[in-house]
Amino acid sequence: MTTLVIDYGMGNLASVRRALEECGSDVIVSKDADDIEDANAIILPGVGAFSEGMQRLHDMGWGKALTKAVLEEKTPILGICLGMQLLADWGYEHNKTKGLGYIAGEVVKLELQNTRIPHIGWNEVSYKEENLLLEHISNGTDFYFVHSYHFIPQNQEAILGTTTHGFEFVSIVQNNNIFGTQFHPEKSSKNGFVLLRNFLKFSESC
Amino acid sequence: MLKTRIIPTLLWKDLGLVKGVAFDSWRRLGTVLPAIKVYNSRDVDELVLFDIIASEENTRPDFDIIEDLAMECFVPFTVGGGIRTLEDVRTLLSVGADKIVINTAAFDSPQLISQIAERFGSQCIVLSIDAKRHSNGDYECYRYCGKEKTGKGVLDWAKEMENAGAGEILLTSIDNDGTMNGYDLELIKMVTQELSIPVIASGGAGNYQDLADAVLLGGAEAIAAASIFHFTEQTPQAAKLYLKEKGVSVRFS
Repeated sequence: MTTLVIDYGMGNLASVRRALEECGSDVIVSKDADDIEDANAIILPGVGAFSEGMQRLHDMGWGKALTKAVLEEKTPILGICLGMQLLADWGYEHNKTKGLGYIAGEVVKLELQNTRIPHIGWNEVSYKEENLLLEHISNGTDFYFVHSYHFIPQNQEAILGTTTHGFEFVSIVQNNNIFGTQFHPEKSSKNGFVLLRNFLKFSESC
Repeated sequence: MLKTRIIPTLLWKDLGLVKGVAFDSWRRLGTVLPAIKVYNSRDVDELVLFDIIASEENTRPDFDIIEDLAMECFVPFTVGGGIRTLEDVRTLLSVGADKIVINTAAFDSPQLISQIAERFGSQCIVLSIDAKRHSNGDYECYRYCGKEKTGKGVLDWAKEMENAGAGEILLTSIDNDGTMNGYDLELIKMVTQELSIPVIASGGAGNYQDLADAVLLGGAEAIAAASIFHFTEQTPQAAKLYLKEKGVSVRFS
């Protein structure tokens, strides 16, 4: 079982790698899009701005490689934070930018009154139905968030979990083999590890 | 609902962990790594690590050691000290820091904050303000670990940095730091009332009521504390039980 962590120069990769290793996976952290061939599972991490993230994915050749692996070969992928947002069709951070388009929807700024932005800290994730990603995790468990933008999926079926910060926003998305969490499972201590193990278990079964 | 974070702060000097009183007389406190392991196993909300040497002596952060420390930390890890450039930030994030703390460098190059915000997002920038109260009641920002005046008023600077793209303010009272006599609530309130980004209260906590006051009276989103956890029997977990009693929303794992 080998998990590829995509290194496109956006954010904290060491934590993701360590967390996956703790969960029992072999991990490749790579800048080289050819490495996607060997991956049983893909993690798209990321901290930063949407437009910069997409630019880097394209410049490094990840755009095409990802689309082939994820859409054609159905390799499981988990996008984390910015990585989740990049799964959308469009992002509006700094300027309107085309995303990977794996889950229909767009990413917009959290616009709130009387609530502080960025949304930083531990907050509850609620889900309506059972899902393999959430096995052994109680509904309402706290995960660690740090973001100013949020994903609005076009289809309700893509919504797996929601969180409230001033209003209810989408914190977990899914479309078949494609998953995304707005929070950071690799920084969410024990429950974050349970979620990562669930993702790895699913990937192994594919 | 978003939980109020209780954040133990680790001050690191020559690989030892230290804690001073009013920004002076550092006391050795074992080493950093065991402390991180303990806090990690206790599932704290977040950890802040300051490299005091890098900050005081104007050296770069020690990326190798920070990487070793980050490897043991599966809760949010915020790192400060000696950060000068965009490249420093990139490297810190790539070796395992989730957020970075900047104080001194923001005075040297105010555009640094907006550059980091553009490249990595506001959410990873914690602007640290070390505030000293003057006899007329005004608060001034200090840099180089409280060693040098800046001439900047705290509220003006906080607003300027919020506009530049800082994601959080770590607000430390130099006068109260290490005294365990309570936070400077007037200082905290002054900043939380005027800013819309989260403020982390720091400097002076001696007991659980001090923590509750920083949130309920000061309006802080999070609480950083060192002495109370390092030098007393009081723990982040027990602090949360107390805060919950007082009606503060906290996280239990």
